[in-house]
Amino acid sequence: MDFERVWDVLVVGGGNAALCAAISARRAGASVVLAEHAPRAMRGGNSRHTRNLRALHRAPTDVLTESYLEEEYWDDLLRVTGGRTDEALARMTIRASEHAPGFLRECGVVFQPSLSGTLSLSRTNAFFLGGGKALVNALYRTAERLGITILYDTEVQHIALEDGFAREAIVAWRGFPRRIRFKAVVASAGGFQANREWLRRYWGDAADRFQIRGTPYAQGRVLRNLLDQGVQEVGDPTQFHAVANDARAPMEDGGLAMRLDCVPFSIVVNRNCERFYDEGEDVWPKRYAIWGRLIAQQPESRAFAITDSTALTDYLPSVFPPVRAGTIRELAGALGLDPDRLERVVADYNAAVRPGAFHPTKLDECRTEGLTPPKSHWARRIETPPFIGHPLAPGITFTFLGVKVNARARVMMQDGKPSANLFASGEIMAGNILGQGYLAGFGMTIGTVFGRIAGEEAARHARN
Amino acid sequence: MRETETVAEARRQMEICNACRYCEGYCAVFPAMAMRRAFSAGDLAHLANLCHGCKGCYHACQYAPPHPFGVNIPATFATLRHESYAQHAWPPAMGRLFERNGTVVTAVTVLAVTLVLLLTMALQDPAVLYTAQTGTGAFFRVIPYWLMVGMAGLSFGWGLFAMGMGAWRYWRATAPGAGLPPASLGAAAEAAGDILTLRNLGGGGHGCNDLDDRFGMTKRWLHHAMFYGFLLCFAATTAGAIYHHVFGWKSPHAFLSLPVQLGTWGGVGLMVGTAGLIWLKTVTDPGPVAKRLLGGEYAMLGLLFLIAATGLLLLALRHTGAMGVMLALHLGFVLAFFLLLPYSKMVHGAYRGLALLRNARERRAGRG
Repeated sequence: MDFERVWDVLVVGGGNAALCAAISARRAGASVVLAEHAPRAMRGGNSRHTRNLRALHRAPTDVLTESYLEEEYWDDLLRVTGGRTDEALARMTIRASEHAPGFLRECGVVFQPSLSGTLSLSRTNAFFLGGGKALVNALYRTAERLGITILYDTEVQHIALEDGFAREAIVAWRGFPRRIRFKAVVASAGGFQANREWLRRYWGDAADRFQIRGTPYAQGRVLRNLLDQGVQEVGDPTQFHAVANDARAPMEDGGLAMRLDCVPFSIVVNRNCERFYDEGEDVWPKRYAIWGRLIAQQPESRAFAITDSTALTDYLPSVFPPVRAGTIRELAGALGLDPDRLERVVADYNAAVRPGAFHPTKLDECRTEGLTPPKSHWARRIETPPFIGHPLAPGITFTFLGVKVNARARVMMQDGKPSANLFASGEIMAGNILGQGYLAGFGMTIGTVFGRIAGEEAARHARN
Repeated sequence: MRETETVAEARRQMEICNACRYCEGYCAVFPAMAMRRAFSAGDLAHLANLCHGCKGCYHACQYAPPHPFGVNIPATFATLRHESYAQHAWPPAMGRLFERNGTVVTAVTVLAVTLVLLLTMALQDPAVLYTAQTGTGAFFRVIPYWLMVGMAGLSFGWGLFAMGMGAWRYWRATAPGAGLPPASLGAAAEAAGDILTLRNLGGGGHGCNDLDDRFGMTKRWLHHAMFYGFLLCFAATTAGAIYHHVFGWKSPHAFLSLPVQLGTWGGVGLMVGTAGLIWLKTVTDPGPVAKRLLGGEYAMLGLLFLIAATGLLLLALRHTGAMGVMLALHLGFVLAFFLLLPYSKMVHGAYRGLALLRNARERRAGRG
């Protein structure tokens, strides 16, 4: 690695957004170096754990069914964000998403029709064969073939900004301090969700009990560094996307398989054996993203899904086997809950269940009456042993805080002017479009669309 | 199938896979896994034998080493397959031959070749090994007809019988509880199609990760060359036998005759396939490889290569003084192959075929 050289483009980060930027810049004729914090085996940031990308399409394709047009896509986004989005950027992203699968395919990514256990997304989302790591492998292979220099184990610690102009980057390259010089730089280094100290500012000690679902390298160092140097921020710094994870999952990098889909077919209680939210409010794909935060707000950030053997086959199997017991009392003991209280909450719930026809994937008639909070659907008596318990913890996917960008992926400074040569793509700027909530596969869409723009714009700047 | 550490490890990994399911598009293993929520030792042996070792799932796995979950389905299933061969071998005591299979295959080969050479010298004038033999019945002047047919028939018959018994024991031990329709012609045709095309090395149309995280068809084509080469060689032997017994045409046959043509092209395919697969094993990413099993695999590929090579050399040198030695060597290798059929990598054909048949039945039953 030649650290004396002045590169056309430095790409900071190693996930999908970084690779799309690097490949686009290289194809536009720029010399490109990519700095990935992780070692080769753990490369790819959170993209390693992803599975699909949400793409506009006018007609069925080989991997997408029916059609998914701009207005419906926009409505979906508006609904999940509650309006916390930038309509111009969002619509541009939605329109460009039509070409995202084709671009990735040219980069060697293989798509597949969706099969089982995928929250029924085959209409709106194109699935990567083998998932995100296979996508990351294909993108790295393409980047290598195009002659992009890839530095693993290389953490960018500081990007020197002067009046909105990025001068150089200070990195730790295999543990050694080095300087990388460039004409333009693309920041694609993700959010700060793996930085507990930072999370602790907003969440106190509870942050120590949050599981980080994805890469442990999302420390937010580049994000913090840029915000400290006059870059404009977007997104609520206190908020994150989180799901109901198995409480026994590893604290970092547990990935997708740690999530539990049992909530709609259970009752969920906290450590004090209190129910705290309607478990059957809506179908799980529409509700799974709120449960992480609900659990985070409970005492000790823990909750427990309680159900019985009749529900066991209604949700995907869990990696860690459920806790089983012959009686509710024994189950309470095994989960560390108060047996009397758990018996009472189950009895109260059972008494409130109204008869109805059960349907696991539709809003069915099974609900409670006179219970607070209610369970609006899929409410069946918990009475058939063995009784089942799943301990739950919040699993954080990503944080919403980011840097503000314009439609050319240029980073905006606090004075309202765009940076001369600093661009951003991916999670680090997703908050511009996704101010809250989440649409499955939309993170990868933003990463691909803005990665391409950032790469092309950076290359254009460097060659002028 | 007994509970072993490998079984427990395979179960741990399958339970992770069954909650993840990212790999459902690669091969038959993952849809078959998704039909189950619990994995008996028999289920796991079935899934392991359904696995063709395409390695797609390893390179795509977010839980592969160095992740602490250490999911490595290709290596774990290869080890489990090997255990299933050993556990179901017949007679059961012979299962131990799978323990150091590379050594066993090599030793049996050396002994078989030595035996044939010694028998030839003991039963015939040793000079036949060095002098040119030509004309009808030339081969039988080196090795008497009764000996050739007798030893081949006995060893091949034994090999097939023992392998069949092993396969039967495997089939019963991995049988699921109940609910499957009886094996139908349709399911058998589906399984046969899977075997003949190696559909499961196709990785959803783009090939397998035969070298590294790239998709390629090299392994599939090499296995085809070996497999169809082997079948052509078998057809050559069968045609030769029909010539001999039905038409009374005695070997050696002309170069353009059916047995020689089948054998020649079969031998070429077998050499290309086995040499290519050996090469592939030496250069492939070692991550998803069960290294302990490589000895047996190299030894069997080497034996098949030597059978083909000596067969072709025999054809080339059959009019010279080297014919005698070459014939003895060739038949020695073939004898070793027949004896080793039930106690080597060769059994994977039977187990894989049965796993594909079971899978075809499950698919047809539409479970899950």
